[in-house]
Amino acid sequence: MKSEENSTVPVIKRRTLLGGAATAAVVLVQTTFGKVMQKAVTQAELIGDPTKKLGPPPGILGTRSPFEKPVKLPSDTSSRTPLQNLFGTITPADLHYERHHGGVPSIDPNKYELLIHGMVKKPMIFTLGDLKRFPSVSRIMFLECSGNYRGSKETLSPQAICGLTSQSEWTGVMLSTLFREVGIDPKAKWFLAEGSDAAVMTRSIPVEKGLEDTIVAYAQNGEAIRPEQGYPARLVLPGWEGNTCVKWIRRIELSDTPFMTREETSKYTERVAGGKNRQFSFVMDARSIITYPAYPAKVEKGWIEIRGIAWSGRGKIVRVEVSTDTGKTWNETLLQDPVLDKAHTGFRYLWNWNGQTTEIMSRAIDETGYIQPFYEQLLQARGGSGGYHFNPVTRWVVQKNGEVYLRPDVKGNA
Amino acid sequence: MTTTAQQYAINQYAIRIVCILFALLVFVQCSRSNAGNDTIRSEEKWPPTFGFGRTASSVEIDSLDIDVNPGGKGLGNGSGSVLQGKNIYLSKCAICHGKTGVEGPYNKLVGVFHESDSIQQGEKTIGNYWPYATTLYDYINRAMPYTSPGTLTSDEVYSLTAFLLYRNSIIDSTIILDASNLPQVIMPAQKLFIDDDRRGGPEVK
Repeated sequence: MKSEENSTVPVIKRRTLLGGAATAAVVLVQTTFGKVMQKAVTQAELIGDPTKKLGPPPGILGTRSPFEKPVKLPSDTSSRTPLQNLFGTITPADLHYERHHGGVPSIDPNKYELLIHGMVKKPMIFTLGDLKRFPSVSRIMFLECSGNYRGSKETLSPQAICGLTSQSEWTGVMLSTLFREVGIDPKAKWFLAEGSDAAVMTRSIPVEKGLEDTIVAYAQNGEAIRPEQGYPARLVLPGWEGNTCVKWIRRIELSDTPFMTREETSKYTERVAGGKNRQFSFVMDARSIITYPAYPAKVEKGWIEIRGIAWSGRGKIVRVEVSTDTGKTWNETLLQDPVLDKAHTGFRYLWNWNGQTTEIMSRAIDETGYIQPFYEQLLQARGGSGGYHFNPVTRWVVQKNGEVYLRPDVKGNA
Repeated sequence: MTTTAQQYAINQYAIRIVCILFALLVFVQCSRSNAGNDTIRSEEKWPPTFGFGRTASSVEIDSLDIDVNPGGKGLGNGSGSVLQGKNIYLSKCAICHGKTGVEGPYNKLVGVFHESDSIQQGEKTIGNYWPYATTLYDYINRAMPYTSPGTLTSDEVYSLTAFLLYRNSIIDSTIILDASNLPQVIMPAQKLFIDDDRRGGPEVK
């Protein structure tokens, strides 16, 4: 821009014009006499026609549009990801689900230490800086709470039904690298993982899983893990139930027997047929859910792209099938590339809805040949008990008026 | 004393040596960088240890090693009675778990063991579900009371453990619990626990 020949008009610097935080923007306005002046405008004025007004300058942290308000659904002990509001398969880090047993601790990374001891050659302590020096790995994978299921009423969104699952790219050091550094005793069969939250949460993990693919993670989606997800370091065990992925990890003890902690005895175990209680049920079985159209969405007659995510703790999803006629017939869906091992996988199906009431649903099939079961099958396998590891097919009722509701899972509602 | 000619010959010789050495170096570097990816990724090329971190002292280990296993390793040096436990329970625990361990509002602690086909989450109690008594010590010691975890003494933890085992009809009121007898307590639900046998495939378990 040129300054006016009239010397009363100040030399206008770009920075001055692109004003401070107080106003939405400081813009150039041309008077009828051709004079260029600064004018402060409000957000409301700014939105009017974006081609006519300068916007705020680049900043140090990004924002969401004020029109976008995705939020988690918190309870006393957990907070659920808004699956129905998301796209693709990466969960924005501030929308990653939470589940903890003593609140979120505040940990100083400069004081953080990880102790590895027990049946090892050399008990060692690693600082966060030490952990970051080791050869590192990154992996895109899901986390899921084994209690990730609700289904008893029709006004439940995907978030309410199974919002205790999210996906991040995790970066850290392989636990096997640390085991190698301390030298674990070949007679060690288990290790205790202990967190440093107020619950001082503990779980026993088989050493094989520790050696296979467990990661001591310190980064999530490109930056330091968030406190809610375990800052500054946590375990991630691909495909295993969330509580084994101990957050705020402070200690690992190698042993030849499991420790029988409170979480793995009185909590994360489930009744099965035959009146027995199943323990150490580590792996999350294959599951899928249609996230669109799903409650509380409303649709119109005509073409609808049915969308959702599918995942398995045993490996890759090989197929997701969708039914749009209340389970009478099933159609293969398109899986989003790349299909990753133990990761949320996107599926899509193009459907021409004729406007009549119907039920739509998806079922996942993983590389072991496991087919996501219906609620009634699970109930039978569990001797009639509810509990952990409930991964039933989710059935959505699409009504004539376009409203979509969950078909509740209630005994006898088959 | 060398003549200019001799100096020249030596220089030529030196230059040839340098060239050969250089070529050798380039050759070696090329071989290494062709195998570069393997060198960076393969554990076989790692040093036996990286030398990061420091050895943990026994003082450091003892201060953190608070867990108790079913064999009793890690149990404290104290002891406790049912009566002492009752007093502590009423003052520190009843507010969340109820006066008699069933009223809530939080986890129900008291229940009598009986075999049944199904059990719902809210029905799982110490008496009808917990497989190990030592877990009670471990958990109370590390995590309770909920609002002030890790503040109980070893005596208090034994006392509460004794009281809760008594209320759940596992031990009688005269028992004084300590490291020698707590691991001997057999919980009635222990025999119900089986390991996970799901392996994927078509069966739903």
